[in-house]
Amino acid sequence: MMSNLFFIMLFFFGFGALTALIFPRGLPARALPAIGAGIGSGAGFALGVSHLFILHPSSFILSSFLPLTGFALRLDGLGAFFLIVIGLVGVSASIYGFGYSAAYEGRYSLRVMGVMLNILLLTLNLQVMADNALTFLILWEAMSLSAYWLVLTESDQPGTVRAASWYLAMTHAGFAALVAMFFLLSGGELTTSFADMRSTSALLSPLTRDAIFLLALFGFGAKAGIVPLHIWLPMAHPVAPSHVSALMSGVVIKMGIYGIVRVALDLLGGGPVWWGGIILGVGAVSALLGVLYALMEHDLKRLLAYHSVENIGIILIGVGAGLIFHSYGMMTLAALGFIGGLYHTINHASFKGLLFLGAGSVLHATGTRNMEEMGGLIKKMPYTALFFLIGAAAISALPPLNGFASEWLVFQALLGGFNLPVPEVALIMPVAVGMLALTSGLAAACFVKAFGITFLALPRSHEAEHAHESPLSMRIGMGLLALACIGLGLAPFVVVPVIGGVLNGLGGLPDTRAAFTSNLSLQTPAAFGQMSSTLVMLGLLILLAVIPLVMKILRVNKNLRVSDTWGCGRVGQTPRMEYTATSFAEPLRRVFAELYRPSKELTIDFHPDSKYFVQSIEYKSEITPLFERLLYDPFLRLVQSTARQVRKLQAGSLHLYLAYVTVILILLLLAARWF
Amino acid sequence: MTGYLLEFSQALLALLLAPMLAGFVRWVKARLQNRRGAPIWQPYFELAKLFGKDVVMSNNASWLFRVAPYIVFASALAVTFLIPLIAAPLPFDNIGDLLVVVYLLLLGTFFLALAGLDTGTAFGGMGSSREMTVAAIAEPTIALSIFSLALGAGSTNLSHIVVATLTNPGVALSPGHLLAFAAIFIVSLAETGRLPVDNPSTHLELTMIHEAMILEYSGRYLALIEWASWLKLTIFFALLANLFVPWGLATALTPAALAIAVVTLILKLAILGVVVAVVETRIAKLRLFRVPELLGMSFVLALLAVTSSFLLK
Repeated sequence: MMSNLFFIMLFFFGFGALTALIFPRGLPARALPAIGAGIGSGAGFALGVSHLFILHPSSFILSSFLPLTGFALRLDGLGAFFLIVIGLVGVSASIYGFGYSAAYEGRYSLRVMGVMLNILLLTLNLQVMADNALTFLILWEAMSLSAYWLVLTESDQPGTVRAASWYLAMTHAGFAALVAMFFLLSGGELTTSFADMRSTSALLSPLTRDAIFLLALFGFGAKAGIVPLHIWLPMAHPVAPSHVSALMSGVVIKMGIYGIVRVALDLLGGGPVWWGGIILGVGAVSALLGVLYALMEHDLKRLLAYHSVENIGIILIGVGAGLIFHSYGMMTLAALGFIGGLYHTINHASFKGLLFLGAGSVLHATGTRNMEEMGGLIKKMPYTALFFLIGAAAISALPPLNGFASEWLVFQALLGGFNLPVPEVALIMPVAVGMLALTSGLAAACFVKAFGITFLALPRSHEAEHAHESPLSMRIGMGLLALACIGLGLAPFVVVPVIGGVLNGLGGLPDTRAAFTSNLSLQTPAAFGQMSSTLVMLGLLILLAVIPLVMKILRVNKNLRVSDTWGCGRVGQTPRMEYTATSFAEPLRRVFAELYRPSKELTIDFHPDSKYFVQSIEYKSEITPLFERLLYDPFLRLVQSTARQVRKLQAGSLHLYLAYVTVILILLLLAARWF
Repeated sequence: MTGYLLEFSQALLALLLAPMLAGFVRWVKARLQNRRGAPIWQPYFELAKLFGKDVVMSNNASWLFRVAPYIVFASALAVTFLIPLIAAPLPFDNIGDLLVVVYLLLLGTFFLALAGLDTGTAFGGMGSSREMTVAAIAEPTIALSIFSLALGAGSTNLSHIVVATLTNPGVALSPGHLLAFAAIFIVSLAETGRLPVDNPSTHLELTMIHEAMILEYSGRYLALIEWASWLKLTIFFALLANLFVPWGLATALTPAALAIAVVTLILKLAILGVVVAVVETRIAKLRLFRVPELLGMSFVLALLAVTSSFLLK
């Protein structure tokens, strides 16, 4: 059955890509590639589910697939888990993309979009099954390039090409590190299977293992968008078509997480404490800086992209804590950290996918990503608003939705840190707790802003006033992910044992399928903490039903009059009196002014006769992110000045070039003689 | 069965005590300021009045504005089922620990802040923005204080923390506990909108936070929100009282023990009420941009609490 699902998946992605090539425009050009991508992702999802729930683990091997090419595929629990993550967002994004791409008709190439979407999803699905370095690297590159094409879809828009180039540069810097990493890990033989690497990695010298780990952290971190390698993320994700943004933020960056867990935990089998410490540190910094920069954004999709940096950080806090415990041999706590991280991975895929699709619907309806021109959309787009609200509550880690369940686990893993034998290491944990708590508080503030300014109050522009609800397919796409947010939140007692099973045996982790649940509750070892989001939800629903009922029995006055908003006596309210996204974030901008260092420019034109009459006021304020200022700008300047120096070599004189050839030839001959 | 009965009676008790606590703090404050003050049951009259009045809703507002009061009230009420008010352990202990309590309260704040933006006034937006700012920077202090309490008890479970202190009373005077108490006390003032962070008795000043956010509410919605905020005050006081000074809590469900527990709870709340009234009389409201410094101080206290708990463990 599983190989059937696998070939169904291949067939439909192929079908999607081919039909996209055949039909350049019209309904078939939108429908058929979407069907291919949707059913293909669904088959991948089913493959993951059947592997985890029905069949015995590690029963699906396709090493003979495409013989003689060195291609090897093998599905294990970790891969199956990521297949589910990919399938969840893939199906929703494909359905959504059918409706969303209607607006692209005649303006951009549906053909490229359809082909690349199918290739991207195919490579993602195969990526997590890759069983040797060669397969892994080829798929990695194919995935990056297809995503690059998708980012370039709206290439005539300002900023798109620049964003795509940044993405390409960063992803290739990462790719180079991954190639080097796999060379070290496999002893130079790229077709060595992962199973062999697992057994030989322990024999490598500690220095080599450290180098492998650092290269993996850089390579996978560039894909995941950890600080300071996140720079491409807030550029590239917003300019892509929204269902592609959902895929990129929901799934593609998760491949970085997959890679880190696969290499650090599985292939290397864990390492010294500082491995976990560095991941934990990078995670905490990414989480906090991600949300702090998100707060200052008023471009809805850029805001969401910065939140991806934040959530990757939260995932890595869990993974890092897991690795720290692992290095001390505290396996149950290690499993708790990894479970928290992986749970947050699928949660983030569902709510960030949902939020990007929601932002796409808003963009579709108003034609702008600027929140300052939105407002009042809850009345024009009730479904989109409801779905976006669910996503916003989930990402803010509000119980009983899914974000809370996974953050609770990560918190519990960090709280378990007091068991660590070394106080210096143990004291890292409370600092991480503080940073994680601040992050989640700021995320809640940021999503009050994102939802409130976008959907509530009066429309701030003509476009927002005449917005319309999205077509059915887009609503279905969002609805599926909203259901996932609720379902994953209500059933942690199902999800956590499954992830426990996925981790079973990886890097020597024990079987923790039954360790963290009891009935409907989650619990950490020896009742360190207990929580049941299911029962919290039930309790809240009962209270929400009982309170109005009691009010009715007590005959509370139920009249309601609709009238003007109170305005201290002024008549007529206009949108210009509303709070804006910028003003909403102003207090936090002041609190964290040391970090943001905003530049201010205030120009006031006075009346020529008296300075008590102001003719116009212009206020400009801009924030350049820290890393662009301190890291990338100097680096780019260095590259450019080096390039200018190197250009002198290329003087255009044939004689000079012949001289170079002669000199190099002599040097090579000498080198061959001596070595 | 008695356990569930206990749960419902303690939630009911909190619900009924909350307005009186708010009235008591007001009354003590009035006395300290040489005023006669309204009777302490004045808040009940206010609730009755508000529940009897028509709601006037802004024409800009959406369904969210009408749903938010119920969510705010329900989330605060849900918390009263989870915290040990008169007895420990509780049958609902496995539903939620301290983290759940904190995030349930954040759920209420989240929806109230959204409702503040919904009417489109500058007041509402200002209130929402400030409320979320204060809530966000108070969060790390709360989390670290939880950490420090959990360190002592080996659990984030509220009843476990209470029972651990009861069986080992020396813990209550450990530096970790005392520092965490100070940290949570400061955060409680911020979270419940008291001086020096926010002034609960001010109206229509540019300095206000909570009152600005709920400015557009009236009638039964306002009644629910007011009641929920009094409930939140009761919850924070009860946490301060029972997590750090758990004596008096019933550990066995006998009528005598429960009666003692109710009386000591009321006494503890009254003492904390007097302390807050004195604090509010003695100090002036901070400028908004001084508030982060205050909360930063509470964060440092919490960090010290954790560190000392570690070193003394």
